[in-house]
Amino acid sequence: MAAPTIDHTLDEILNLAASHFNVPREKLTPDADFFKTLGIDSLQVLDLLTRLEQHFRIELPDYELQGVSDFRTLANRIQARL
Amino acid sequence: MIDFRGQTLSWQIVNGTIELSLHHEACNEIGSRTLEELEKFAAALPPLTNGAHALIIHSTLKAGFSAGADLRELFQRSQGMDKAAALRGVRSFLERIHAVMNALDALPLTTIAAVHGVTFGGGFELALVCDIIIADRMARFCFPELRLGLIPGFGGIPRLKRDLGNAVVRDLLLTGRSFNVMKAQQIGLVSQIAAEGEALRIARATASQIGKFDKRTAAAAKKFVKPIPYEELKREIEIFCDLYSRPAVEEGLRKFVENEGAQPYLP
Repeated sequence: MAAPTIDHTLDEILNLAASHFNVPREKLTPDADFFKTLGIDSLQVLDLLTRLEQHFRIELPDYELQGVSDFRTLANRIQARL
Repeated sequence: MIDFRGQTLSWQIVNGTIELSLHHEACNEIGSRTLEELEKFAAALPPLTNGAHALIIHSTLKAGFSAGADLRELFQRSQGMDKAAALRGVRSFLERIHAVMNALDALPLTTIAAVHGVTFGGGFELALVCDIIIADRMARFCFPELRLGLIPGFGGIPRLKRDLGNAVVRDLLLTGRSFNVMKAQQIGLVSQIAAEGEALRIARATASQIGKFDKRTAAAAKKFVKPIPYEELKREIEIFCDLYSRPAVEEGLRKFVENEGAQPYLP
């Protein structure tokens, strides 16, 4: 099965984040800082990471997220493991 | 003491099961106050054990089971004192917490860690002393110590080596990465996966099942299958103290403590 496109992956991340953290989907953009737009801290980022791993059925080591704060880079990290 | 309500933890007996609840904000960081109360718990265990068939350790905090050792306290305690005194303090802390962990590990009751959320470092080590780990599907495990120039110091490596394959231990330890509950079950660490918020309920159901067994038989079976790696545990303290004395560790801890960014300082 072909891997989904990066746009599709990004869209799924934004949908999941909006749904779980109760933020209107239209407020989330690919280059937004997810700490700020979701209003989350470092522990909640681990929660997001776990949900993304479960959604995409991948393992994403947390060190790959060091310094990452925007959805587009996050999508690229995930895409590399699909 | 049949029940106790402390600043960092509490215990009570519910339906023949001792329930040790961790409730030290922000995420049950294990510092000197928690250690004192864990020692109090260990001292209370002989009479508690007589009236119970199982022990459940869990957290009442939303953030998770435990974020591990209180690194801020570890850093701050070393400030303003000479290196030798700081090292003596660290060694004393480790010896005391090892005594508690060893007592829990060898307890003649079946012990269950019901974990959720962050289960890192010393918190992970506390879960590892238990016979069975039941984890919420959002639990996350990690030994981040190498990222700060240390090794786990509360008995984690010898117990991981006892319970898991060495390749898995190397992966978890040498990368310092966190991993989710699916991975934890796949490698044999987690016994049962619970839906979000259900780990304690499932742990209680498991404890209830255990209560149907003859207590002396269960204790004999546990002793037979679960050796305590005392020599390696002592060696762990020596290695930790040897590493702790280096300037790189103080610098790593300083960056961690002083970091005000959204993500913790972890290289």
